[in-house]
Amino acid sequence: MNNINPQIYLLTEDDIHRIIDDAWEVLETVGVEADHENVLRKAADHGFRMDKASMRLYFDRKKSESIIQNVPASFKLYDRDGLNALTIGNDNVYFDPGSAAVFWLEPGLTTIRRATSRDCIELAILTDLLPGYRIQSTGVVPSDVPEDIADSIRLLFALSFCTKPVITGTFNVNSFAIMKSMLESVAGGSEALKNRPLAVFDCCPSPPLRWSHLTVSALVDCAVSGIPAEMVSMPLAGATAPVTLWGSLVQHTAECLSGAIIHQMFGPGSPIVWGGSPAAFDMRHGTPPMGSMETMMIDLAYAQIGRYLGFPTHAYMACSDAKTPDYQAGMESGIGAVLAVLGRINIVSGPGFLNYENTQSPEKLIMDHDACALAYRLKKGIIQRPDDHPVDIICRHAIDGQFLADQTTRRWHRDEIDPPGSTIYRKSMDDWLRDDRPDARQLARKKLETLKNQPHSRLEENRLQSLTACLMEACKNKIYSDSIKLHLERYLK
Amino acid sequence: MTSEQIIEQTRQAVIDGDAESSRKLAGSWLEMGLDPLLLINRALTPGIEDVGRLWEEGEYFLPELVAGAEAVKTGMQILEKELSQMKNPLSETRRVIIGTIFGDIHDIGKSLVATLLRANGYRVQDLGSDVHASRFLEAFQKEPADLICISALLTTTMIGIPDVIRIFNEHSCRSQVKFLIGGAPVTGSWAETIGADGYGADAVDAVRTANRLIGKIQ
Repeated sequence: MNNINPQIYLLTEDDIHRIIDDAWEVLETVGVEADHENVLRKAADHGFRMDKASMRLYFDRKKSESIIQNVPASFKLYDRDGLNALTIGNDNVYFDPGSAAVFWLEPGLTTIRRATSRDCIELAILTDLLPGYRIQSTGVVPSDVPEDIADSIRLLFALSFCTKPVITGTFNVNSFAIMKSMLESVAGGSEALKNRPLAVFDCCPSPPLRWSHLTVSALVDCAVSGIPAEMVSMPLAGATAPVTLWGSLVQHTAECLSGAIIHQMFGPGSPIVWGGSPAAFDMRHGTPPMGSMETMMIDLAYAQIGRYLGFPTHAYMACSDAKTPDYQAGMESGIGAVLAVLGRINIVSGPGFLNYENTQSPEKLIMDHDACALAYRLKKGIIQRPDDHPVDIICRHAIDGQFLADQTTRRWHRDEIDPPGSTIYRKSMDDWLRDDRPDARQLARKKLETLKNQPHSRLEENRLQSLTACLMEACKNKIYSDSIKLHLERYLK
Repeated sequence: MTSEQIIEQTRQAVIDGDAESSRKLAGSWLEMGLDPLLLINRALTPGIEDVGRLWEEGEYFLPELVAGAEAVKTGMQILEKELSQMKNPLSETRRVIIGTIFGDIHDIGKSLVATLLRANGYRVQDLGSDVHASRFLEAFQKEPADLICISALLTTTMIGIPDVIRIFNEHSCRSQVKFLIGGAPVTGSWAETIGADGYGADAVDAVRTANRLIGKIQ
């Protein structure tokens, strides 16, 4: 069996060295801000230079490299039942719905609205039913619950309605403990969670070179508890980072290296992902486009650097800045999915996303599922099968042309030629006219209706009660405690 | 150099985003003993209006917009020294309080709006980024303003904007001030939903909306 394992590289090894060298120089001379007393103290204990007043840390290369040398190049992520381990690392690529959108685009509409608890549940169920998404995310922010527990509630819905491991994150410092207790209740205790992690927490530094109290707290909490952390560094080329893609890569590298050092100081050997959500600033509209080619080039290049340094990688790709699931959405998301696979980015967050990571669309989630399938096909490459003797086959059918009837066709067609997804129309023009001229969005709606009628996963009652109890414990002294109880009863029944 | 030449070159310096020339020309203007208001009205203001026009025509991008505003600011800094010794008509201009909402440290858009508002003659108090709702109120109570501009770049932080409006309502100050909001995740319909008075789709639009909401004193 031959396989050239198609991949894409944007940087030479020499390029990578030069970018990393520059990043270390930035960390040694400019440093990073870390708004956390314990982090400053820990860094001082490790002999790093720091300025307490400005909360600035300066990382010298030699000492830092010894601290991050034990970062695992891969780790396992498990589903809600501690099964179906996914290896995050190596050449594996997993797509998950983009996270986190504040808006929701209802099927068939062009106007967005604030996302709600019902949307959290619908997203979880859809992700559960779409096999190409091996990981779920807490992909929308519910607006119908108090803001200070919105992060925990969306995790509760995700764990209740989808078996798959989850990419999540905190909106405030106190949430990590609540969310950790929820994960532990589902996993079966803190050791079980540590041994079989089922969630990854996003930790987003603010460009340039700043770890806010919230994000650095999440980083430390993850490190201490052994829950995988995912650094989402987001240089905005030309706005919050140098305008050149190269310069943005230097800043991204510096931010991720600093995050990894902080993380490993608190949890040596704890899993951490080299990720990001950079963008090439739109110089006309002042927006952070996720679907621009320059953005995707930064993604591919930083992931290449992360792999080179021995980290599992992540990126926001397969998403779009379009406002509806239209041609732009398909083009940007499709290109992103293909490039993410060619770049061997381990976790790819983005499907379903429209409008610069602000809007989640169930129709687009289904359409992107098909785009991801095409990308996965490319990843498999061109293979010579064990009994593949083309000369013999051609000889057999050179006269009659009946390749369709050949035994090798029947044997291999399912492995060689993927059937199109539900939103890809490959039938004839006559069929299309007979089918009432459906476009991709209409096909996605049709698929959505089919999925809605399928049985979906529900967390069994005893685990659901224990999960809910964790959240209610966190709410017990809050003014909204009773209304949250009713809210959960309404949506979990 | 004649006064007409200085006016022409200053206007061009703003269009070119040449802050150094703007500073030198403003200095030469004052050395000639000329009225600083004349240079503002005939060079700096028309210059930034030209920049705005070039932006709207698609000729200029954000870096040129920023550079033009910086050239105005540099020239103004020189002229204001002289103005402070005169009865300063600029002190009668509208006052704006601006900031990025709590939890959000992104201030590109906000700073750009602040710069353009200043370049358009508004007095701007920039509270910076990561600004809690109560700080907007404190700033307003210390010195009232005609307009409060709030920006957010993240979907997770924009939800804090209604808190500012709410706190002004609670302190019975809401009717005394207009709210203009903006930022990548913010939409006009959302601005309406939360009870803001206006929405700026971009920095130039924000200035236009500010003019509409509170009326610039020329």
